[in-house]
Amino acid sequence: MGIADLFFYLFSALTTGSAVMVISARNPVHAVMFLILAFINAAGLFLLLGAEFLAMLLIIVYVGAVAVLFLFVVMMLDVDFAELRAGYMKYFPLGATIGFILLAELVVLFGAWKSDGGISVTPKVPIPDTAAITNTEAIGHVLYTDYIFYFEAVGIILLTAMVGAIVLTFRQNENAKRQNIGDQIARTPETSIEIKKVETGKGI
Amino acid sequence: MPTTTAANIGSYSSILPEVVLVVGALLLLMIGAFIKQKNAIFMSFATFAILVLAATLLYMQGDLAGTMFSGSFIIDPFARLMKIVTLLSAAIAMFMAYDYMSKANLWKYEFAVLILLATAGMMMMISANDLIALYLGIELQSLALYVIAAFNRNSERSSEAGLKYFVLGALSSGMLLYGMSLIYGFTGGTGFAQIASSIHTGGATIGIIFGLVFLLVGLVFKISAVPFHMWTPDVYEGSPTPVTTFFAAAPKIAAMAMIVRVLYGAFPSITPQWQQIIVFVSIASMVLGAFAAIGQTNIKRLMAYSSIGHMGFALVGLASGSETGVRAVVIYMVIYAIMTLGTFASILAMRREEGTVENISDLAGLAKNDLTMAFLLAMLMFSLAGIPPLAGFFAKFYVLLAAIEAKLVPLAIIGVLASVVGAFYYLRIVKIMFFDEPAEDFVPMHGSLRIVLIGSGLFVLGYVVYPTPLVTAAGVAANSLFK
Repeated sequence: MGIADLFFYLFSALTTGSAVMVISARNPVHAVMFLILAFINAAGLFLLLGAEFLAMLLIIVYVGAVAVLFLFVVMMLDVDFAELRAGYMKYFPLGATIGFILLAELVVLFGAWKSDGGISVTPKVPIPDTAAITNTEAIGHVLYTDYIFYFEAVGIILLTAMVGAIVLTFRQNENAKRQNIGDQIARTPETSIEIKKVETGKGI
Repeated sequence: MPTTTAANIGSYSSILPEVVLVVGALLLLMIGAFIKQKNAIFMSFATFAILVLAATLLYMQGDLAGTMFSGSFIIDPFARLMKIVTLLSAAIAMFMAYDYMSKANLWKYEFAVLILLATAGMMMMISANDLIALYLGIELQSLALYVIAAFNRNSERSSEAGLKYFVLGALSSGMLLYGMSLIYGFTGGTGFAQIASSIHTGGATIGIIFGLVFLLVGLVFKISAVPFHMWTPDVYEGSPTPVTTFFAAAPKIAAMAMIVRVLYGAFPSITPQWQQIIVFVSIASMVLGAFAAIGQTNIKRLMAYSSIGHMGFALVGLASGSETGVRAVVIYMVIYAIMTLGTFASILAMRREEGTVENISDLAGLAKNDLTMAFLLAMLMFSLAGIPPLAGFFAKFYVLLAAIEAKLVPLAIIGVLASVVGAFYYLRIVKIMFFDEPAEDFVPMHGSLRIVLIGSGLFVLGYVVYPTPLVTAAGVAANSLFK
């Protein structure tokens, strides 16, 4: 058993363990922390596979952005997790059944795939030799050439999601005081200061 | 059976309509941010113009055919016809939306932008020749549709419609991706031509069938066919009526075109395998559409069940697995879109002084108050029911004929029976309009609604006189899938 195998078992055991903890932890903040741990270990597994770009992406996007966003949501919104959990036991048998069916299907399919002798056709874009070219370079070769259509489409989809989120949540509050820089700069002493002559001894 | 493996044409004029839509959406987003909410007329006119411009550009492509972007984007007469119909349906829905949205105080410029983005997604769906392009098209369309379903933020039902659509849509996307990954795993390719050639040589393995089933679940959800129709009545009822108008026509055409393309592009050599799925979905949709609509009191819900039934009929043509079948599907979708848009023009016109109404009983005695509207709506109802010599009859006639030619006689018989049952609720509306005690008057129809209603009514009445252009165009379109 080489050192790589050792790391494989370490990372996979930690990934599975922390995944279980994500759904069983009582404190939602702990659950998010375990989620982050699961992501980092999954990134380790990617590294072992030689997919260093995916590993870094997982850390930056999922740990850096998504998990932190989760953490914000959990800490800032007053979600009653005990209440959300109330129906857990009721739906457990159903969920377990569906999970079991999906697992059984995967096993059947994997068996079928194995007996077919794996993929019978060469993939559309053959995976380049990882020794000769790094992951990042390999992606760079196809991202703006073969996959430009998908890449642009994904950009439009993200824009749609952003427009949608703003449309559905942004409310213009009529009473809110807003800073108007144009108005501020256009102010002159005449418009903002009123000079009063105060007669001595009378006050205003 | 070989599939279309047209050469890479490398001509950017083939994707110009999509570019026009997206650039137009970006421009309107920019302009809208500066002119704020004031110029609603300008925004809706600009959207209309962009949609029509894209349709014109498509028309001007002539007989351009081929693929782009290493085979992931395809343009051929089938894609072109379906895209033009989708664009025009979206344009007409937009044309009718302005009046309602501004009166209901719902107008926001993002509405126009989202309609354009959704339509761009539909274009991608129709032209997809690759599983990834297909998925991206679906997501672009769906995301925009989820948002406009919930556009009336102050209405609980509209928010519910958006949320329900979103959750179920996400579920169907999951199914779709699961199916796609299986197909990719067992064929080694995501391009339709590659999948087809792999299946042609390797045959249908259990993995491919599994993948096909999951893929179809995701696709059929988008045309709201039974058993994946649950979202339709609630979304139709809850969304603001102009949004429902949009939902009822353009996305349905695009999704149907996409299903046809996937099945004939990627799985032509295992037709019997998917045929049985389509036959089941078709029968279930026709029967449910006919029976569930009977008890409805809300006209938008009624139209939801009506659309489920009509999708069942269109699938009859697909189930026959022949070129005539595909031609029948194309004709059916065009006629369906025109009838639906006309009917929704009337529904949008159901407005009293105190606001809009949407109960069927509100139409009572319409003939005494507004004979033109009542007459045209009655014609549309007769056409939706499939009564000769109106256009809707021919739509059903072609699909049933294709089914009989393909020796699917039981399917055709069930179709006829469902059509008879369905006629009941369409005729009930006619009866309510002409023979019931008049209810309160509607306020006069807005000009845009009147134009659409009259146009649609004339098409339905006149189709029998001059059906050639549509039949010819549909024939050319269907032929391009079977080269």
